[in-house]
Amino acid sequence: MTTPTRHTITALVENKPGVLARVAMLFGRRGFNIHSLAVGTTQAPDLSRMTIVVEGDDHTLEQVTKQLNKLVDVVKVSDITEVNTVDRELTLIKVNADPSQRSEIMQLTDTFRAKILDVAERSLIIEVTGAQDKIDAMERLLKKYGIIEIMRTGKVVLVRGGGKT
Amino acid sequence: MTGAQALVEAMERQGVEVIFGIPGGVVIPLFDELYKSKKIKVILTRHEQGAAHAADGYARVTGKVGVCIATSGPGATNLVTGICNAWMDSVPIVALTGQVNTTLLGRDSFQEADIFGITMPITKHSYLVKTPEMLTRSVAEAFYIAATGRPGPVLIDLPADICAMEYKFKHPEAIELRGYKPTITGHKQQIKKAAKLLQNAKRPLLYVGGGVISAGAHDEVRQLAESMDIPVTNTLMGKGAFPETHDLSLGMLGMHGTWYANKAVCSADVILAVGVRFDDRVTGRIESFAGNARIIHIDVDPAEIAKNVAVEIPIVGNAKSILTELIEEIKPKKHDEWNMALRTWKVEHPLKFKDSDDSIMPEYVVQQIHEITGGEAIVCTEVGQNQMWAAQYYLNKNPRTWLSSGGLGTMGYGFPAAIGAQVGRPDALVIDIAGDGSIQMNIQELATAVQNKLPVKIVILNNGYLGMVRQWQQMFFGRRYASTELGAGNPDFAKVAQAYGAEGYTVMQKKDVAPTLRKAFENKKTCVIDIHVEREQNVLPMVPKGAALDEMITEWED
Ligand SMILES: Cc1ncc(C[n+]2csc(CCOP(=O)(O)OP(=O)(O)O)c2C)c(N)n1
Ligand SMILES: [Mg+2]
Repeated sequence: MTTPTRHTITALVENKPGVLARVAMLFGRRGFNIHSLAVGTTQAPDLSRMTIVVEGDDHTLEQVTKQLNKLVDVVKVSDITEVNTVDRELTLIKVNADPSQRSEIMQLTDTFRAKILDVAERSLIIEVTGAQDKIDAMERLLKKYGIIEIMRTGKVVLVRGGGKT
Repeated sequence: MTGAQALVEAMERQGVEVIFGIPGGVVIPLFDELYKSKKIKVILTRHEQGAAHAADGYARVTGKVGVCIATSGPGATNLVTGICNAWMDSVPIVALTGQVNTTLLGRDSFQEADIFGITMPITKHSYLVKTPEMLTRSVAEAFYIAATGRPGPVLIDLPADICAMEYKFKHPEAIELRGYKPTITGHKQQIKKAAKLLQNAKRPLLYVGGGVISAGAHDEVRQLAESMDIPVTNTLMGKGAFPETHDLSLGMLGMHGTWYANKAVCSADVILAVGVRFDDRVTGRIESFAGNARIIHIDVDPAEIAKNVAVEIPIVGNAKSILTELIEEIKPKKHDEWNMALRTWKVEHPLKFKDSDDSIMPEYVVQQIHEITGGEAIVCTEVGQNQMWAAQYYLNKNPRTWLSSGGLGTMGYGFPAAIGAQVGRPDALVIDIAGDGSIQMNIQELATAVQNKLPVKIVILNNGYLGMVRQWQQMFFGRRYASTELGAGNPDFAKVAQAYGAEGYTVMQKKDVAPTLRKAFENKKTCVIDIHVEREQNVLPMVPKGAALDEMITEWED
């Protein structure tokens, strides 16, 4: 058994009912925790792309990738953990903000090139976009004000350069 | 035409001759169209599980896709075991299920079950037909997917309103599935490497399984074995892939395999594994499997490569095509020393049992079946000791003549599978070697067999126990027979048969075994031969769970 590592898998799939369930099921059956999963349409209306972040040992992951490839509605699967990619995740954070703390939080928001989307009497909603570590850092710094809710989209990626993901 | 008519036409074009199933509310219109069809015969079973297994049995003996049909809800869920069985053993079947109207989906409507969702992990693919346009395309794709690559079950869920809609029939010209492209030809370089490794082997061994049979590669296996003088061992699913009566055959390996087959695996220096999946019942303790061997693995499914054991030379593709190429690469060879050693082992450690004149040994019964039929019958089995004795003592000569639930181990499989087999091969002698427990799981199919005049022979090795479980209890649970005694609850099986209009025989004495079997095999009716065998006989040899293949138990005394 190799030690568990985090992997990023992308799957190009037919835009048909049941695909998402079949994919998720394969990971579940082998004891994988899906850390995040993002699905969306692509340039072709009948194809969707999934970006799946999972944690598991390499051997088991190889098995799951092969099983994914066997699904009729899965067109292509790649493990792009080691590939040079652009990856982004969007997160909304609702944080406590007394009027006295507001400017401090706004400054922080600026530093992270994040955006304030909603201002209420005692709270703010902040949008952060970036790679995971940036979002994690932002979350850490906002903690002391009291985070009310967080919604993360999960990672989406494309391979750098002219080639296809 | 209506959707139902289109569906029937689409299936006729696939060459479907027979469908096994049971009607119900939402599929009455479909059955009505099937009733009118001149090409498709519907065989009514008495339980949907029977229909699925019959479709499976039909597929295994004919090599064609088997078809079963059930109504929505309970009809569909009754198919589940049969679908899973076909999934585990890679059998091509198409299961059609009725479904409530599309407008009622997801509302817990009467007899609504999400069979599409329920069967997702046990189907190769599935369809929930939501538009009439999807109908004929789904049928064409389903048959294609079921039969190609690594075969398997495909489900089509058919809402009632879709079947009723007006529809202009359109036969899909070509099937274009960008996500489904089974590999057929093996990698040239890999084949060359394999040939070289095999050519230089001192103690080579062929390990063949069900994949050889589904690829129709039995002739190539034989050609390779004979020209290179390589001994062959087969899995339970691989019975018939290579004649078990052949001088080079070592019979079955694994948990209840022969001593010499298991020993050969441990001693071989090169193993050529074809159409097998290194199942835990075959390998024993996986870390010690084939410890001295370099392994070549041929399989059509890339996911089988390196799944359970590391292999040195994987070759993905169709076994027949790859073996044909491999044969061209090799030169004839002799392995006298190795084969001599194996022959000695065969003599020193044969399959054996203590025969008796006072009681009937189950192994003796199977031996008699083999002798009377000359190994030319189609043999189905139930699950348990009966299955293992059948595997050990009925030596298969030909492919597609052995039907057993390997992967799922489904009690109740054998008899309905035998019905499907008899439908597919009307002139063959089809025998179900059964246990008294298993047969009661689908005994209602006697009605199907009798009604359709199918002369299936059920030989019950009646030991009054759920024998295989009892054996484990005896060996590993201090002889505490928890819930395995069937004894007094067992019916008089001959009378049950007679009540259905079948022939029933009871055999209590050894001298009557052979004559009764002969009589029954010549009888043109469905027959049940209830043979009261020694109650506490054990299947040996046995590789206990967690042990290595060469750590076999060959004798047992409490
Ligand atoms: C549907 C199902 N239920 C339970 C089991 C577990 N099981 C395996 S073998 C066996 C005993 C089978 O009894 P019988 O058919 O009389 O065969 P015998 O072993 O006595 O020959 C049981 C209960 C199973 N394999 N399948
Ligand atoms: Mg029994």
